[in-house]
Amino acid sequence: MSDTKNNLAALAADVESALERRRSRSAAAISWIREAALLPVLAVVLVVGAILNSHFLTVSNMTGIGQQVSALGVVVVGESLILLIGGMDLSLESTFGLAPMLAAWLIVPAAAFGNGMMLNPYLGIGILLAVGATVGLANGLLIVKGRLNGFIVTLGMTILLAGIQDGIVKGQAPFNLPTAFGYLGAANIGAIPVSLIVAAVIFILTGLFLRYHRLGRAIYAVGGNREAARAAGIKVDKIRMGVYVAGGVLAAIGGLMEAGRVSSVAPTQGYGEGIIFSVFAAAVIGGVSLQGGRGNMVGAASGVILLGLVQNILDLENAPNYWIDAIDGGVILFALILARVIGGEASAE
Amino acid sequence: MGEPVIPAAPGPRATPAVEAAGIHKRFGSTRALRGVDLSLLPGRCLGLVGRNGAGKSTLVSILSGIYPPDAGEVRLDGQPAPSLGDATAWRGRIATVFQHSMVVPGLSVAENIFLGRQPQRRGVFWAGLVDWGRMRQQARKVMTDWGFDVNADTACGNLTVEQRQVVEITRALAAGTRCLLLDEPTAALERGAAERLFERIRQLQAQGVAILYISHHLEEVFEICTDVAVLRDGEMVLTAPLSQVTKDDLVTAMVGQKNLSTERSMASASSSRESAGAAATARPDLVIEGVTFASPGVFLGNVSLTVRGGERVGVTGLRGSGATTLARIVAGAEAPDAGQVRFGDHVLRPGDRAWALRAGIGYIPEDRQADGFVPLLGAAENISMTITDRIARGGFVGPRRREALAAPLARRLSLVSAGLGQPVRELSGGNQQKVTVARALASDPALIVAIAPTRGVDVASKELLLSELDRITAETGASLLLASDELDDLVICDRVVVLVRGEIFTEFTEPPFDREALIAATEGLGAR
Repeated sequence: MSDTKNNLAALAADVESALERRRSRSAAAISWIREAALLPVLAVVLVVGAILNSHFLTVSNMTGIGQQVSALGVVVVGESLILLIGGMDLSLESTFGLAPMLAAWLIVPAAAFGNGMMLNPYLGIGILLAVGATVGLANGLLIVKGRLNGFIVTLGMTILLAGIQDGIVKGQAPFNLPTAFGYLGAANIGAIPVSLIVAAVIFILTGLFLRYHRLGRAIYAVGGNREAARAAGIKVDKIRMGVYVAGGVLAAIGGLMEAGRVSSVAPTQGYGEGIIFSVFAAAVIGGVSLQGGRGNMVGAASGVILLGLVQNILDLENAPNYWIDAIDGGVILFALILARVIGGEASAE
Repeated sequence: MGEPVIPAAPGPRATPAVEAAGIHKRFGSTRALRGVDLSLLPGRCLGLVGRNGAGKSTLVSILSGIYPPDAGEVRLDGQPAPSLGDATAWRGRIATVFQHSMVVPGLSVAENIFLGRQPQRRGVFWAGLVDWGRMRQQARKVMTDWGFDVNADTACGNLTVEQRQVVEITRALAAGTRCLLLDEPTAALERGAAERLFERIRQLQAQGVAILYISHHLEEVFEICTDVAVLRDGEMVLTAPLSQVTKDDLVTAMVGQKNLSTERSMASASSSRESAGAAATARPDLVIEGVTFASPGVFLGNVSLTVRGGERVGVTGLRGSGATTLARIVAGAEAPDAGQVRFGDHVLRPGDRAWALRAGIGYIPEDRQADGFVPLLGAAENISMTITDRIARGGFVGPRRREALAAPLARRLSLVSAGLGQPVRELSGGNQQKVTVARALASDPALIVAIAPTRGVDVASKELLLSELDRITAETGASLLLASDELDDLVICDRVVVLVRGEIFTEFTEPPFDREALIAATEGLGAR
């Protein structure tokens, strides 16, 4: 009897350790693959693009893509931070529109649909950043202190902000932006757009911050196991508030880039264009988990680049205008499935 | 008290790592702790035992600084305990390894060890930056110093339960904490891992760490503890160095006097037994054959058991013994790794609850909040949930029809509610459980699988639920498979099977069952 018992216990231990070995081996493999998951896909897209159109791999086209996606990219950084702490923020797209709109409205002359105050453009940029921080703070207070649901808070905030964006200019698009205001989105240093450089710097600094700064590590801890983080003495609520504010500021900077690039602020910028879908898609395709605690800036950047390349190929190939949304949606779903297949169970959640 | 109360041996001039005096805690009408004293010296390992509901978890929470005692004082290292909100200060004096994991899965072992207090680079420019090299190095050093061997660079999500525990213990030691509170640390460990944990505990103890070890298993306490304390009904009924007590002393202290309610329901059980034969219609046999199941924390090895039609069988054992899992498998709520369950002529589809329901197996799940009812729906709707196919007309079910069906059951179980449409969320715990039981009975099952049907229920409801289960099985001839670690539940059974570590240890066939013999058997003691 006791022999049988020992045998069974040994069997159980064997099963356990075999399962364990398999799990840890595949987990190690998965984490390696996940980091690099999008690189082969990016390579394939580059090859396909090059075959389809000889203009695709030229420097001017590539920098053009860079300029186009950098605004989106900066917002993706903000959203990724918020996703990492286990939150979500739909209102980034409205901040992306309202912050530059309010600034431009105060800067440009009445003839260009300003309100006539004609503020100094640098002051305008300050206001733009303040709008981003304020919206983030409001979201943070409602979600963290008010314990309201993040989805519904930021959904309400999205619509409220978009309404203000439309309301202050009565549906007009302020134009004739001063050079200083448009510099970030429009200027080049040599052949390289300033927006691309700034976006790249933001990605790199955020990535390093997340990797090396104690607050960056705290962000992962808060998103991965909030209770454990709290027990470890991490100021969970402050971290969450701070991240919402950072997200708002980054969205405002993205909006400034977009305004400079098209040299006006359309009432539809952000919410009207529905950019939040691309933002979420880029983050999730890049392996940032919607459950929180998992993801990094390398992944998020690859997600942004992938979306930009595909968009560019469709543009170059003159994809029929009426179908562009359907193709976009299809591409996002396809990329998600691909990320799931390559990244395994844990990715694309 | 009839038990021997031996004061803990005074240590050699040492300040107790933990000292609790006269701790009282009350939750609503329940007095969870009634004047508990406890003292733990450095280098000692105090085993805290007691049956479910004795107050162990409450004491653990108070000592961990999760909530304050209503009265009494906690002193750590000779000083009054820090204020509740000061997580860092508490953690520096006493660190609890809870049953649920407190590691961050996405972070590495080194980072989890230094969570929230990573070594940082020096210099103005680098302020706040984590010094990864130093952190890894220090993590490795702490690991080697204490003789642990978990790779500091692995992500914690890839670790086994055992390794995560090691990480949590190391985290405490690295913070300078020399007092550990381990809350049922072996509950989720297989045998080999548990042995290794014991080895680590002995080693920590030898190096002067104070350990409070909470366990369900007396054998473990005898294996590694130096002292033992027994909680019963919120009182510390026995405190002694382990060398001065026997297992029998502990069992006696844990069980206490037989309470009257048991005697009473025992009597009612045996009386209804007489009438059972008469009313019983032929019900199919349940045959469990070679059921094997392995998951972290639970293991069933080749269990075979037959419940004859109309028979009422209790299955009991400590947490992790597999008693609950066996019942879940029969109910179709869990799929076994191997083996077969037959009910009459049917072979159960593994893990298919809907199929089991159609085959006539009613189910009272363990966790009523999670599986027992839908809190926002009314009592009648919850009760009739298992039989909407029978009462629906063309797919539609009206509230009146539902209530007509639910009313007799609700009356029978004395369900107290403001009408059968009242959301179950608003009912008391006892009445919620009645809804769960009524839901199982509504389908007129040939076999009722019940798991801990009276857990967390007030005394009156408890008696009523048990006697109704008793009466209904007697009247309808339905069989009963009752998995519970609550001995009072088992009095309605004809036969009780005791599981120890996933195997049938012994069987009691003659009611009334002897409480002490049952408890000893669940601990794996006593003749087979």
